[in-house]
Amino acid sequence: MYQGIRISGFGGQGIVSAGVLLAQAGLTEGKKASWFPSYGAEMRGGTANCSVVIASDEVYTPIVIAPDTVIVMNEPSLSKFEPLLKKGGLLIINSSLVNSKPQRTDIKILNVPCNEIAQKLGNVKVANLVALGAFAAAAQAVGIDAVAKAMKTVFKRATPEMLELNKKALEAGAKSI
Amino acid sequence: MSEKVLMKGNEALAEGALRAGCRFFAGYPITPQNEVPEYMSAKMPDRGGAFVQAESETAAVNMIYGAAATGIRSMTSSSSPGISLKQEGISYIAGADLPCLIANVMRGGPGLGNIAAAQADYFQATRGGGHGDYRTFVLAPNSVEEMGNFPKLAYELSEKYRIPALILADGILGQMMEGMSFNFEPVDPKTLKTPDWAIGPAKGREKRMVFSYYLKDGELETALLKREQRYAVVEEKEVLFEERYTDDAEIIIVAYGISSRAALAGIEEARKEGIKVGLFRPITLWPFPYKRICELAQKTKAFLCVEMSRGQMIVDVKLAVNGKIPVYLHSRVGGAMPDGGDIVTAVKSALSGKKEQLSPFNPSECKGGK
Amino acid sequence: MQPITKKPQSLTNVPYHYCPGCGHGVVHKLIAESIDELGIRERAVLVAPVGCAVFADSYFNCDTIQGAHGRGPAIATGIKRAKPDSIVFSYQGDGDLASIGMAEIVHAAVRSENITVIFINNAIYGMTGGQMAPTTLVGQPATTAPKGRDAALQGYPINICEMFSAIKGAKYLERVAVDAPANIFKAKKAIKKAFENQVNNVGFSMVEVLSQCPTNWGTDAVKSLEFVQKDLMTQYPLGVFKNEGK
Repeated sequence: MYQGIRISGFGGQGIVSAGVLLAQAGLTEGKKASWFPSYGAEMRGGTANCSVVIASDEVYTPIVIAPDTVIVMNEPSLSKFEPLLKKGGLLIINSSLVNSKPQRTDIKILNVPCNEIAQKLGNVKVANLVALGAFAAAAQAVGIDAVAKAMKTVFKRATPEMLELNKKALEAGAKSI
Repeated sequence: MSEKVLMKGNEALAEGALRAGCRFFAGYPITPQNEVPEYMSAKMPDRGGAFVQAESETAAVNMIYGAAATGIRSMTSSSSPGISLKQEGISYIAGADLPCLIANVMRGGPGLGNIAAAQADYFQATRGGGHGDYRTFVLAPNSVEEMGNFPKLAYELSEKYRIPALILADGILGQMMEGMSFNFEPVDPKTLKTPDWAIGPAKGREKRMVFSYYLKDGELETALLKREQRYAVVEEKEVLFEERYTDDAEIIIVAYGISSRAALAGIEEARKEGIKVGLFRPITLWPFPYKRICELAQKTKAFLCVEMSRGQMIVDVKLAVNGKIPVYLHSRVGGAMPDGGDIVTAVKSALSGKKEQLSPFNPSECKGGK
Repeated sequence: MQPITKKPQSLTNVPYHYCPGCGHGVVHKLIAESIDELGIRERAVLVAPVGCAVFADSYFNCDTIQGAHGRGPAIATGIKRAKPDSIVFSYQGDGDLASIGMAEIVHAAVRSENITVIFINNAIYGMTGGQMAPTTLVGQPATTAPKGRDAALQGYPINICEMFSAIKGAKYLERVAVDAPANIFKAKKAIKKAFENQVNNVGFSMVEVLSQCPTNWGTDAVKSLEFVQKDLMTQYPLGVFKNEGK
């Protein structure tokens, strides 16, 4: 299997850490995984995006040019990344913040109100994990359990309460689809 | 072999150097290698070493010169524009026959260029880089795992031959994360023998001098020729490369570092179409695997160099091939990584017998003098 | 017969190449005596500059390293941090320290590197043949200022001790001269103090020595001493600028 993912949103939405979490989850499941961020001056404008690959075989290129899945967490990301998606690819839209409608008809589209779901759980900051939960459930590239397990490795300084909340966000995301 | 952990290339490089026994690091911030000094500043004190954020790359490399002269394992890292500044110091270090580790996480140039990945410092790295006749080891990792494991190799080679060692990476390798494991146990610097040329506190021995000047008539030539004997041994014994699918290859892609991974993506695609493509990946860029490329030139029909520069490594490939078979170039620059599909197209074009039209020179155009 | 003086152990038997009347030899001797008296010869590491003192590495009987023009303080930083037990001293001229190496010396002081710097200010480039130095006086001729330094075109001489007085990390700063026995005696005290400070982990210590260069000043030994006393000392007054040592 091969799954190339692009995640994009504002700085502060946990885009970069969501990507790291996915890669770690892939590794946890014994797969090959890579992660590559947008970095430096590109980050200063307030947008962030990263590439993640989870695959059963060697990953050659960490930069995902034609993603299988795109997760857009804010409005500007939609027009930037929708065109890159492979035919038949999966587009996960944070419908809480994205008002525009996607243009393509040859892709699968999943609207997830990530911020609203996160807010209901008590912390809007876990919106990124709601999106990951939806991704895990929809794409079957990596299991929810692996993502939950990966959190302990990636969020080293998180309190048990925070980890519990994160897990709830993942589950809520998975249920939302 | 331990379990693979997810690590960023720059952090693997820094941790690898620390595990290899590096106990002095000096550097200056520059994207995309900032994680190296950041990691060093956080971890070096716990390992009993010293970290200095220098006032410039020039100062940083001279701090390394001083530390290396005491015989400890030292390191500086930077990215292309900063490496240009370090050339003065690298020349002195090479001239003083000191071992040390310098990492270049390459970005786009010339000038300020951009901060995206590039491989445009190949000439600078493999030809010495600063003033004078000298070489440095140049190791080109192509994975986070090699980023972590090459520092130890670099120190060992550097100390064995008293030649500074460069790890030539790029912004993608520095910034990306992937699973990796270290292939060696941490080195305790106390177990390393202090070399018999090292300066520093010493009771009851003769004074030692570290220098790069030879001002009396004939002295410098003698010194350079003597150093060159070591270079010859290195060129004979320390060449490293990787080959994949070269046995039946009609065409062989030559690519190093991150470009070699793009090449592999292209090769997988091409092989699915039945095109017999191989990969030759130089791991040491100096010493360059001239001999092996020359041998492969007897077996294959053409070489295709895939580089993130406008044709630098191709010069060495052409030197090795010496006009026997065509050598083509597929190049992306300015931050773009070569794409597997484009490489397949380039392979097909080369195999169709397209005229070689690449810099610096097309041997088939030479008709000889009157 | 009793010998009343002897060559310091910290000097080798290699004869100096310095010109007649040059101040370097005197300063070398003062450094060597200080190292002898403090009993630190086997810990001492000289960082030799580019300039007339490039061969100082042959003259001192201790470990030495010779580096690029102006980079002495960075090299010294590397040695001292790698081997904190060593006693590291950077010997630098005015072009080396106050021009091409200004960043390195300033930041070594800012970090208060525990090193000793001996700064020879003779207001001229010696080895390259009498070019204008950052410390050349206004009106003083040089091979790159044949009519004398013109402030309108070439600016003003730089006063290093005064400038470094504003740097918190600089713990000991003194300007001395080697024009006459009394001043040589004071210079010795200052140099020894700068080494003693390093032994006591005081931090960055620098002694600026006004020195004479009859060859490149185009004068003789006697007149060069007069130039130090009348002209250099006017621009660069002697004295202790900072003394935070114990």
